[in-house]
Amino acid sequence: MIRHHAAEVEDTFAEAFTMWGARIVITAETPVWAGHAARSLTGFATSVIGCKCEAGIERELEAAETPDGRPGVSALLFAPDRDGLAKRLVERVGQTVLTCPTTACFNGLAAEDEVDVGGQLRYFGDGWQASKVLAGRRYWRIPVMEGEFLVEERFGIVEGVGGGNLIVMADDAATALHLTEAAAEAMAPVEGAILPFPGGIARSGSKVGSRYPALMASTNHVLCPTLRAQVDDSEVPDGIDSVLEIVIDGLGADPVREAMRRGLDAAARSGACRITAGNYGGSLGEHHFHLRELVP
Amino acid sequence: MTLTLTLRAAPEAPVLAEALCPDLLAGLTKPEIERLELWHGNRRAALGELFAVSGDGAQDVRVVGDLGRVAGLGAGMAGGRLTLAGGAGPHAGAGMRGGELVVEGDAGDWAGAEMRGGRLVVRGSAGRRLGGAYAGSRAGMRGGEILVHGDAGGEAGAGLRRGLIAVAGRVGEAAGLSAPAGTIVALGALGPHPGAGMRRASIVAMAAAPLLPTYARACTYRPPFVRLCLRRLRALGLPVTDDQIAGRYTRWSGDGLELGRGEILTLEGPE
Repeated sequence: MIRHHAAEVEDTFAEAFTMWGARIVITAETPVWAGHAARSLTGFATSVIGCKCEAGIERELEAAETPDGRPGVSALLFAPDRDGLAKRLVERVGQTVLTCPTTACFNGLAAEDEVDVGGQLRYFGDGWQASKVLAGRRYWRIPVMEGEFLVEERFGIVEGVGGGNLIVMADDAATALHLTEAAAEAMAPVEGAILPFPGGIARSGSKVGSRYPALMASTNHVLCPTLRAQVDDSEVPDGIDSVLEIVIDGLGADPVREAMRRGLDAAARSGACRITAGNYGGSLGEHHFHLRELVP
Repeated sequence: MTLTLTLRAAPEAPVLAEALCPDLLAGLTKPEIERLELWHGNRRAALGELFAVSGDGAQDVRVVGDLGRVAGLGAGMAGGRLTLAGGAGPHAGAGMRGGELVVEGDAGDWAGAEMRGGRLVVRGSAGRRLGGAYAGSRAGMRGGEILVHGDAGGEAGAGLRRGLIAVAGRVGEAAGLSAPAGTIVALGALGPHPGAGMRRASIVAMAAAPLLPTYARACTYRPPFVRLCLRRLRALGLPVTDDQIAGRYTRWSGDGLELGRGEILTLEGPE
């Protein structure tokens, strides 16, 4: 156990997996509409277990930062494989950005690997779509009732990291929430990383498998305080009555590591707690983030 | 390093200088460059007879002198940078595929004709058929960018299939003549009959244009692509204003005598 401020940090590691990631830049006439589209795009994308992808808002963009000079939002979207990511991008951009008034959608990642997004969505134009090539990039203009939706044809994708995590334990639920809120706030500015769960925090960490064969995941009973007296293998320490988790996905290992470092530090500075991380013994995930290396 | 070719004297007859491309000069020694043959009127002349050669480094070539009678400068070039310090005769950058050709003065007719890629910048004005198709060709410019800081002559972008032509000044008559696709941006006045026979191309005009009756008004809106395109042109040094970038444009669809999928977008005044 490592001591950091008021926290006890367990000498363990977070086990994360390779996931393919993309950065989507959404612009609109106002930040409000860019935000509406971005929240829809990244909605219902907390975990690949049930959502097929994980997504989150990376940050808001000033007008000067976007391709068309309008206010925008950048979002990151992750899926377990390349083809899956391509499908999710087409589905989500098509259903949430194309539909949203005043928006346009651009690739935000210069990468060797690319997938076709605008080139698929163009068919919504029913033959009235038109393409334009500018500085070597192709854009599709799709006529819509409001005017025109502009979307870049190809989006860069990279092999990223999904499932970096911190688990924060506290003596009551309010404290656990307060500590993880502080951690999530400290992690949010890290470029290239997102926290896909609501508010960045998950209360329902899962384990692989279930007693019910149809389910691929179920509640992580060993970390449920309410089951401490019922299960033989409870891992909830004495004095701990609430456990919350922060999951981090990133476009690479470095942003995940940096987000975990900031989150761990913020939680430890915010009050007494115990900080650990989830893993599967190291045999499943390609990326291991050791907490001892994150403590200053 | 820059390879500089200085015209010794104004040529008595037109010179065809298609050999003067950075990629064709790459790897040649100074004597080899001087021995390159150019057409001077109806005879072959050594480059060294017409131009004094100095410096080296074929990726950056500068041609100096009154080049108004020198045709085909940079034609077919595929890379590097070629600067013409004294204007250019006809066919400058015709068929070019890559690299950057900068004409510091005026360019003659057919500048960038049927070009496939790269960038042609004309600091002065350009003649007729800028980026156009040669007689008998199915298409004119098929890729790349042409930026003209002055005016452009008639039939700019004739047969345009792909790519971007932007003119800071006035554009002559029949811009985009029979163009299958691509984009023409006229920051100055647009001459008569724009988009005649146009199939799918776009013409963006900053002033009310005298349109053919075969164009029909669609709507007035803010085309997102125009914002993107104008911001790029501004980044490349053309005088694009904020009002033009953020402005509302009326979309005119045509040419009704052809496919009718083309558009002329004309900037409206402030709301």
